[in-house]
Amino acid sequence: MVLPAIFFYLFAGVCIAAAVMVVASRNPVHSVLFLILAFVNAAGMFILLGAEFLAMILIIVYVGAVLVLFLFVVMMLDVDFAQLRRGVLQYLPIGAFLGIVVLTELVLVVGAWVIGPEVPQAIVAPIPPIAKMVNAEALGHVLYTRYVYFFQAAGIVLLVAMIGAIVLTLQHKPHVRRQNIADQVARSKATAIEIVKVRPGQGL
Amino acid sequence: MTIGLGHYLTVAAILFTIGVFGIFLNRKNVIVILMSIELILLAVNINLVAFSAFLGDLVGQVYALLVLTVAASEAAIGLAILVAYYRNRGSIAVEDINLMKG
Repeated sequence: MVLPAIFFYLFAGVCIAAAVMVVASRNPVHSVLFLILAFVNAAGMFILLGAEFLAMILIIVYVGAVLVLFLFVVMMLDVDFAQLRRGVLQYLPIGAFLGIVVLTELVLVVGAWVIGPEVPQAIVAPIPPIAKMVNAEALGHVLYTRYVYFFQAAGIVLLVAMIGAIVLTLQHKPHVRRQNIADQVARSKATAIEIVKVRPGQGL
Repeated sequence: MTIGLGHYLTVAAILFTIGVFGIFLNRKNVIVILMSIELILLAVNINLVAFSAFLGDLVGQVYALLVLTVAASEAAIGLAILVAYYRNRGSIAVEDINLMKG
């Protein structure tokens, strides 16, 4: 039982160190890369907890899509990040003070958490043993039956986010010629052609 | 040497605190603020999955999945607003975003 503990401390330590570097790094590109490291290590912790599907989703969706999107935006915007960094140390004392207070409270509250004896009777969807059903299958059995409306709502949230992102960033340049299908269809014979009588010997 | 629920909750608490601290520290840089919010949501997810595993209840993982969905949407919309704002103003300093203050 010593191996899971070693891996837990490895994942947790690297995750926390990477998170510190995310907020402390000077270059936002480095911040994004450290955030990727933090998420990969969090995925390792999820695997230790037996939530393989969420771990894979975390790597595929988060590292593969969201953080790459962050990376694109950071590299696309031509911003003087050194200028944005100025005055950081001004907020360091109050931030560190509040951080220590919040951390102390949180660790005091959750660090010694024990599960009450009557809680296991209230379990809604017990995790099946791994020999019977793997994690992804069990999650699907719960997600597509009992929580199917939440699943649909998540889909709608993603759809709204997609449309919103497109609407916000799409721009029509005025000098680009575009095909207007309505205009093309609405053409009639009267507007499309012109019959000119050419008299002999004159030309147009 | 066994790893209990408290270990995971402590890691999540530390990550949450680092996220809040990051918002304080990088008050001018919207991108790092968004990354700090991602860290906070990651801490929430670790909490949910840890409770799910130690209680033996699968609902926590379903909820973590929904939190992931909302976090991804939030990042996409936030970055889109950021790009549109940068296109209009040529800067992303938080101090300049006071047009709607009245």
